[in-house]
Amino acid sequence: MQEVLKTKEADQSSRQVPECLTTEGALSIREVGKIYDPEGVHVEALAKCSMEITAGEFVAIVGPSGCGKSTLLNIMAGFDNLTEGEIFLDNQPLATVDQPPRPGPDRVVVFQQGALFPWKTVLENVIYGPVVQKGMSVSEAEKRAKEMLMRVGLIGTENSYPGQLSSGMQRRVEITRALINNPKILLLDEPYRAMDTITKGASHQYLLELYDLTRKTIFFITHDLEEALFLADTVHVMTSRPGFIKKTLAVNLPRPRNFSMLISKQFMEMKAELVEAVHQEALKAFIAGEREMA
Amino acid sequence: MNPYIILSLLFAALLAVGAWRQKKKAALYDISWAAQIKETLTSKSFLLQMAGFVCFITFWHVCVVALRLPWFNRLPGPWECLVEWLNPDPDYGISIYTKDYYTHILYSTYRATTAFVLASALGICFGLMMGWSRKFYDYSFPLVELIRPVPPLAWVPLAILVLPGIEPAVIFVTFLVAFFVTTLNTLLGVQSIDESYFRAARCLGASKKQLLFDVVLPGAMPFIFTGLQISMGAAWFSLVAGEMIAAQYGLGYLIWDSYSLIQYPVIVIGMVTLGLVGWASSAIVRSIGRKLMAWRERELNVCNLGG
Repeated sequence: MQEVLKTKEADQSSRQVPECLTTEGALSIREVGKIYDPEGVHVEALAKCSMEITAGEFVAIVGPSGCGKSTLLNIMAGFDNLTEGEIFLDNQPLATVDQPPRPGPDRVVVFQQGALFPWKTVLENVIYGPVVQKGMSVSEAEKRAKEMLMRVGLIGTENSYPGQLSSGMQRRVEITRALINNPKILLLDEPYRAMDTITKGASHQYLLELYDLTRKTIFFITHDLEEALFLADTVHVMTSRPGFIKKTLAVNLPRPRNFSMLISKQFMEMKAELVEAVHQEALKAFIAGEREMA
Repeated sequence: MNPYIILSLLFAALLAVGAWRQKKKAALYDISWAAQIKETLTSKSFLLQMAGFVCFITFWHVCVVALRLPWFNRLPGPWECLVEWLNPDPDYGISIYTKDYYTHILYSTYRATTAFVLASALGICFGLMMGWSRKFYDYSFPLVELIRPVPPLAWVPLAILVLPGIEPAVIFVTFLVAFFVTTLNTLLGVQSIDESYFRAARCLGASKKQLLFDVVLPGAMPFIFTGLQISMGAAWFSLVAGEMIAAQYGLGYLIWDSYSLIQYPVIVIGMVTLGLVGWASSAIVRSIGRKLMAWRERELNVCNLGG
């Protein structure tokens, strides 16, 4: 544990903070613990899990299946409560043991399997947030949504239903639906997991462009180490259950990023470092017969 | 009411619906209307559908008229029934030219529609409540599961004792079956909605009430409409049974009465009419469902074109 903290400190100091104007969306996760069903099965998903995320930082969390990555995301999103520790968002308590978090438009989640409402058109999906929050009138929201769809190359699809779009386009719409609320943090729960490599590559490029444009804090969960390194400023490796941050790696690749970086020496070295850290945990998880807990 | 007018109107309506569908399909595949109609009429599936009818009627004719098989020897042949059905001066008093025929149809349709509308309104609300509130589910589900298996006909005596008159009793019995089918399908529909839709809506700031109208109702819609189609069929089914026992008019009554009076062709006329009316009512429910679930229709079209 001591050693873990030390590595983290060392990494933190050398981390390159991206130049950006974002002042909102700093997260402080302090010794968070989560025990499912404490009376009965007693599954300890998270234990003393801590990390600091600065405003506008792109953070990727990697770790073996069932290590509690999604649990942490669900707590931050407000779908689940924590049983120990606390989380602060911009120095305001977001979740403590006594104050369970609530979902809200300042922390929008993009889901693993995608959760665009299939019964609403693309445009109706995108304006859903502003309309239900009564922040904008429908016509105002539609105007804004069309602007955003234009910017991400989705104009012309606004009257289609999600089922008519490719999975890559669906994710783009879903991210647009999140961004229109001007959230402080974007929580991405393995959004590209079910995609083929080629679509994934295109989706990465698109996400990076959007990130460079908006500089929102992004909390990105993934299994894919290359994906994590290619996208994020900081990669946190989580241990197998109970999950905490085992290793933190600052990714010193400049932005904007491009695909040639994927084969650079620097990238390979970082990947090797990550592979080693994750592999030990993956083995532990495998032996324990760990399964995804959603 | 002139039956000629009614029949030709019905026929025209059928043709119009068919033609309209062909036109929509033609637009989808981007070919001319005439070409689409020709394509449909000469398609394998259409020919097979027609062949099915021909086989059935031939089988009927062979068993009853040509071979006069012992079990079937009291039944009327297809031709005899058709002649009676279209007879301006029917031997047994029921054909498309008689007022009684339409009275029976109207009575049955009125009962089935009333029961179906009531059952749908209450069943959808009840099912949504059960899916929406855990408390309500715990409280009502065992009761529903206990009452549901009781066959509708078992309710007839109680219904007659409690309700004023035969008419409400028959409607109640019909209602009951449709209600349970709709309730359970709606419940299933709500339970089938992926959790992430709820989470996404809550993330985006939806209140509990908005969740109900924006997620629960549209999400359960496909199941609700499957349920409505089944409940429409079930409504006719229990209606006819109820009419056989307790009514003075209606197609079920007509069939049973004709049996007692040895007017066998009328039985067949009643059955065919039930088939047609039942099919029409299901088709109406289906098309309303299609209208309300354009998103599903278009998804399916994409799949069809892609595959």
